[in-house]
Amino acid sequence: MAVQVTVRLGILVVSLLTASVLVFAVVNVLPGDPATVVLGTNATPQSLHALRQQMGLDQPAWERYLAWLGGLLHGDFGVSLLSRSPVGPDILEKLGVSGPLALLASALALAVSLPLGVLAGVRYRRLSGSLISALSLGGIAIPAFWFGLLLVTVFAIKLRLLPAGGFVPWSEDPLAALRSLLLPAVALGLIQAAVLTRFVRSAVVEVQREDFIRTARAKGLTRGQALRRHGLRNAAIPVVTVLGIQLTSLLVGAVVIENVFVLPGLGRLLFQAVGNRDLVTVQDLVVLLTSVVLVVNFLVDISYRLLDPRIRAAR
Amino acid sequence: MRRRRLPPSLLAGAILVGIVVAAAAISLFWTPRDPGHVVVSDRLRPPGYAGSLLGTDQLGRDELSLLMAGARNTLLVGVVTVLIAMALGVPVGGLAALYRGPLEEVAMRSTDVLLAFPALLLAILFAAVFRPSTITAMAAIGLAFVPIFARVVRGAGLQVMEQDYVTAARTFGSRGGWIFWRHLLPNVNAVIIVQAALAFAVAILAEAALSYLGLGTPPPTPSWGRMLSESQSYLDQAPLLALWPGLCIALAVLGFNLLGDGLRDLLDPRLVERLPQTQG
Amino acid sequence: MREPALEVRDLRVRVGTLEAVHSVSFTLERGLRTGLIGESGSGKTLTALAVMGLLPDGLGASGSVLYEGRDLLQMAEAELCRLRGDRLAMVFQEPMTALNPVMRVGDQVAEPLRIHRGAGRGAAGRQAVQLLERVQIPDAAEKTRAYPHQLSGGQRQRAMIAMAMACSPDLLIADEPTTALDVTVQAQILGLINRLVEEEGATLLLITHDLPVVAQVCEQVMVMYGGYIVEEGPAAEVFDRPRHPYTRGLVDAIPPLDQDLPERRLRAIPGNVPALGEFPEGCPFRNRCPRADWRCQVMPALTGEQHKVACWHPVA
Repeated sequence: MAVQVTVRLGILVVSLLTASVLVFAVVNVLPGDPATVVLGTNATPQSLHALRQQMGLDQPAWERYLAWLGGLLHGDFGVSLLSRSPVGPDILEKLGVSGPLALLASALALAVSLPLGVLAGVRYRRLSGSLISALSLGGIAIPAFWFGLLLVTVFAIKLRLLPAGGFVPWSEDPLAALRSLLLPAVALGLIQAAVLTRFVRSAVVEVQREDFIRTARAKGLTRGQALRRHGLRNAAIPVVTVLGIQLTSLLVGAVVIENVFVLPGLGRLLFQAVGNRDLVTVQDLVVLLTSVVLVVNFLVDISYRLLDPRIRAAR
Repeated sequence: MRRRRLPPSLLAGAILVGIVVAAAAISLFWTPRDPGHVVVSDRLRPPGYAGSLLGTDQLGRDELSLLMAGARNTLLVGVVTVLIAMALGVPVGGLAALYRGPLEEVAMRSTDVLLAFPALLLAILFAAVFRPSTITAMAAIGLAFVPIFARVVRGAGLQVMEQDYVTAARTFGSRGGWIFWRHLLPNVNAVIIVQAALAFAVAILAEAALSYLGLGTPPPTPSWGRMLSESQSYLDQAPLLALWPGLCIALAVLGFNLLGDGLRDLLDPRLVERLPQTQG
Repeated sequence: MREPALEVRDLRVRVGTLEAVHSVSFTLERGLRTGLIGESGSGKTLTALAVMGLLPDGLGASGSVLYEGRDLLQMAEAELCRLRGDRLAMVFQEPMTALNPVMRVGDQVAEPLRIHRGAGRGAAGRQAVQLLERVQIPDAAEKTRAYPHQLSGGQRQRAMIAMAMACSPDLLIADEPTTALDVTVQAQILGLINRLVEEEGATLLLITHDLPVVAQVCEQVMVMYGGYIVEEGPAAEVFDRPRHPYTRGLVDAIPPLDQDLPERRLRAIPGNVPALGEFPEGCPFRNRCPRADWRCQVMPALTGEQHKVACWHPVA
């Protein structure tokens, strides 16, 4: 098992490095001249020259890459081309919004999908099971940001119960901050719940067809007992493998949702940076987000290996 | 001999997809009004106003016409992204299954790198570096889907390679290319088709999110995602404007998902992986 | 004639709109070892599952299955759960899939004791070790902590048997217990089942398609085809003088090993076993039977004294 973890860790590190190289390449190498990208084709030669100096474009690409990478590892994220202030602290501040949002949404998604999915799986031949399945099928087709818009229309504009957007800092009023996150978390979380419910349901349906469930019943366990004691742990395995992908998707969804609700988080920062051609910030944020994706996938991979003793022993 | 009944999901999916395709096709020749026709004095009218079935938007354009024209964009994006993903993913996966060994490792690992980049993130990155357009969106989303197709084709391909008829073909001298085209591809068809339908659905969602953010299809081409973003400023005056485009997106995505599920039930491949639902 | 351990009367099993088991009736005498022979598609496994109340979803059973005077088919599920694993036990064909892959073997073997005897974890665990020793698994203590994939096929099946015999059941149903195993291991497992059943005085119903297996273990035998019992009687009798053409065909198809050169040609039964719903009207064997005629459009009843047969034209 330790061997497997080490190998996976090694793969993680390689993936992180590769991702960083790709991001750097796309931003700095692909377009030819990053300075032109930032200032546009109508820029004066002087401003271009000044920007090139500032971005250090006279140095060879691989040197700039290493400098950037080194900076990242030390927590130095460079200076924003737009605001001229360091990107690092800015990211940290925005994390205080995006982080809780993602956590709230994930918690909601799990809290809804696990019980509903199990229910739908156990009752898969009955109406209640089919209903839940149909509902989740509809749910996965709904764009989360559209759902957010609908929620805003109903709860914020028509009913005036919750804010339509904006964010009150935690330090000012934690309760108001929470209220600002409620609708976005619900929009994101419920849609994710629909996706997860489908997986949980199919895993539970599959497990009921397994031979060892029949053996458990032959020993005198009721259907429910057989499912709880023997089925759930087996059903958890395919669900966990999928969790990583879904958490990734939640992360990305958060990026978009922040723009729906005008939340000052990482998503909004990224969006603004793109609009303003702030390549430094864009580069940093994209590599940060992909790193989170890779780490989450790594953790999920390890968990699923822990769950399944057949994998633990092999290779 | 197992008799195959047409799964209801296949039927339902085909109908929904059919409606979208029909709307797009018809819009090439006819829409209730010219979607680009701006009548500022008629802005934000409710449904039914002066023959405008679903009302008008903030520039007085007919909503229904815009939606029909928008279907073209949706389908275009879906088709191109899936084609890109297949064009790159299928050969990689197929060759990996065919030749195994170090080639397989390298091929799969390289495509797996792309897995770190959710479609939306890659598209945002491209939009930052190049001018945001439908092309950058399609390229990014297509690239992001490559690993899924590679994996699926490799998985199914491995199964095909284990079959006796492949071993037999090898014994009388068939070479790699021949086996690839004559044996491997035809038998992984089913898996590819199912995956394509499901990928189409995710592509639609991704493009909608991008266009909503303004990083996808730029004006004046009608796009459901962008229509949603434009409707946001008028939620208090004309909330229905936020309803129609989203409904179209949801129905189209539902249609392709049902189609994919139905095809899978029909063809019974066990190797279709679930794409990350790119939610935005 | 010993007292009956199980009385099955007019058992029918439906799969959707089709009937897979037609009006099967038999009695298992206490302490007797009975074999149920049939190929796949004969309905033998469904019969066993119907007795245990473990038919898959979507299948239904009717008739009566009497155990100690109570009809198992009419019993409430909770009541059945009390009997299963305790008084009625079953061993399945594929030990790899029949065991929970993520649970330790010892815990699975101990489970019947925890359910029916109220044993605590420690006590049940110790008894599990003893059970594994009884089925002759080496290093039993170590093996209890192992997972199924770490055991060999034969060991897994032994563990299944240990699990089934844990509460000393009255009736043990073994469905193709050796089919998935190597030939060398088969004999050992059969011997094990034989010995345990004798030691406990339990009743055995051994289901298999393999005649020599039944010949080795069973005193009484029933032959099933197309959802009907077509012949039944003492094992030696049925194998020496088979009366139903199907049984005759099965016996004839066995290569004799006690002769240098076979004295007669091996004869296979012509044709294949039809799929469910494609058996002919009346006697299901009639489209493959050399002795069939117009009478066979109606299914004959099972007639006879000790050695019964359901055929209009029995052999000999």
